[in-house]
Amino acid sequence: MSGFFYVDLILFAILTVTAITIAQLRHLYAAAMLSGLFSLVCASIFVLLDAVDVAFTEAAVGAGITTVLFLSALALTNAGERFTPRRLGLPALIVVTITGATLIYASQDLPVVGSLDSPVQTHPLKSVYLEESVQETGIPNVVTTVLASYRGYDTMGEVAVIFTAGIGVLLLLARTRKPGSEAGSS
Amino acid sequence: MENDHLVLRVVSKIMMPFILLFALYVQFHGDYGPGGGFQAGAIFATGMILYGLVFGLDRARKVLPWNALMFLIPLGLLIYIGVGVVSLLLGGRFLDYDTLNPHHPHAGQHLGILLVEAGVGITVAAVLTAVFYAFAGRGVKQ
Repeated sequence: MSGFFYVDLILFAILTVTAITIAQLRHLYAAAMLSGLFSLVCASIFVLLDAVDVAFTEAAVGAGITTVLFLSALALTNAGERFTPRRLGLPALIVVTITGATLIYASQDLPVVGSLDSPVQTHPLKSVYLEESVQETGIPNVVTTVLASYRGYDTMGEVAVIFTAGIGVLLLLARTRKPGSEAGSS
Repeated sequence: MENDHLVLRVVSKIMMPFILLFALYVQFHGDYGPGGGFQAGAIFATGMILYGLVFGLDRARKVLPWNALMFLIPLGLLIYIGVGVVSLLLGGRFLDYDTLNPHHPHAGQHLGILLVEAGVGITVAAVLTAVFYAFAGRGVKQ
């Protein structure tokens, strides 16, 4: 725990610095690259939290595919942000301060990471999933069992969402062809 | 563009089989270790996007043509729903994998989850690759 604490601390420091730098950058190409770094550091934190599944996704989608899509979008549009004069927005500052203070106040009620009496540990469903799922399904990975077997409807809905979102993006982006031209010519 | 980046091209050519193999490992080892369809699909798409970035969109399209992607995107979802329909037809509830192998419910669960995860992986990989093709293809003069 204590050894990981410093690694966590360093990763969160990198994360914070990256986020502040992205917010201040005017150059969108650099901002896109730094958002890739942000995702990679997030993926490392997920590994430390033993959520390797999520880390895979974050590394592949966040650091890889999203960065490439950002860069493709920048190649089509403009790599510089239009200059807007910096001014102090007092209402925005008040809203941000109140929201941040509320979140920090609310975080006092969160259980300590890994504590035994958190709702995750005490909920009755935990014993169903962790102890009975192997006997019921014979599959050692509880995450897969919950995703595909106990909550198969859920996952089917997620695939339908990805399908729908993909079709929508492709309809917006794909080159419109004239009816007479060949479909496979591009 | 085609003649430089020699190191990049050689390294990515060496890396490609390992990326795709790792995607398959994550896909089919999801029952035992971390992973599953979503992760495997994303990793597979990352491999295809790397290939497209380094060798150009045209060569990537020869490996995995646009029409094949348009076939694969609905195929994954149909595999998923199809498993549910088959379990209905075998007398169980929708997506009740036990019915796939009545004598061995555990084997049925294994088969069902394997098929369903394959469906997820196919759709995710195809959607992500197709979005990249569509994005990258827009700026190119044909």
